[in-house]
Amino acid sequence: MSAEHTAEHVQQQVRTYFIVFLSLLVLTVVTVAVSRIHLPVAAGVVVALIVASLKGTLVAGIFMHLFDDRFPFIFKVLIFSAIFFIVMIALFLFGYFDTFASERAEVEAPHLEESH
Amino acid sequence: MVEIPYDQKDHPVTGVYNAKLGIWLFLASEVLFFGAFFSTYILLRIGAGGIAGSWPYGADYLNVTLATINTAILISSSLTMVMAWASLKLQRFTAFQVYFGLTILLALAFLVIKGFEYNEEFVHGRFPATSTFFAIYFTLTGLHGLHILLGVVVNVYHLFSAPAIYRENPAKMANRIEVAGLYWHFVDLVWIFLFPVLYLL
Repeated sequence: MSAEHTAEHVQQQVRTYFIVFLSLLVLTVVTVAVSRIHLPVAAGVVVALIVASLKGTLVAGIFMHLFDDRFPFIFKVLIFSAIFFIVMIALFLFGYFDTFASERAEVEAPHLEESH
Repeated sequence: MVEIPYDQKDHPVTGVYNAKLGIWLFLASEVLFFGAFFSTYILLRIGAGGIAGSWPYGADYLNVTLATINTAILISSSLTMVMAWASLKLQRFTAFQVYFGLTILLALAFLVIKGFEYNEEFVHGRFPATSTFFAIYFTLTGLHGLHILLGVVVNVYHLFSAPAIYRENPAKMANRIEVAGLYWHFVDLVWIFLFPVLYLL
């Protein structure tokens, strides 16, 4: 069962909403500031994605009440989206980090572009 | 009139009222919709010579200042949206109208700024066909913009239908705004990822 959003409970939450709002603004400034110092690309990607995930968690958890409601049925629905999403992303990342396969291709067909 | 079951009471099987289940199912499909485009972005970027390959740095071509302002605008609209819902729960209808009206105005401000950004790109002769980067940039931000526009249409409807529904059944109105809010926060969430991916990396 979802938590009851009684008036009392909502009143307590209002403070949290404003704190989350300020945190989101601060994290936005952080992510822009970090991009200005020009980290190496891979490090920049990691930092930007960590900050974005943190912001996303705050929005989904607090504004969308996912931390609060804990209704298992919706998690069952969302878990499928999450799995498919991860697979869609991971497929290409596996391809990118699979240096073994590209090295082997190099051995089997060396300097293909020079053959014509 | 026939009563629609579980439009306010939680359904015993799902643990939520039906509209909430409906919007979550829709959002689950939206995760895959945007997920497919993010996945495409990764493929295109890796295909351009790896993460650090010949992919352009967004900030060299796009207006980061306007996009940062737009990020702040969307975050603010998420706050006003959740406060609109909280105001209904606390039986402050006027506060609801103010917060909800602000949410719509902030969304319109986002679209106007996005329009200026697009115009800036067009003036510089940068179109979706210009390069792979601009193809995925215009696709992702364009689809996100359409989601904002849809949210505005739904929210304007809610703003004008609210007084009559609230008078008759306040709990029903609060649920409607909660569902509209879930959609709205999701659109905000998508932008939270779009902004660094397109502008800052």
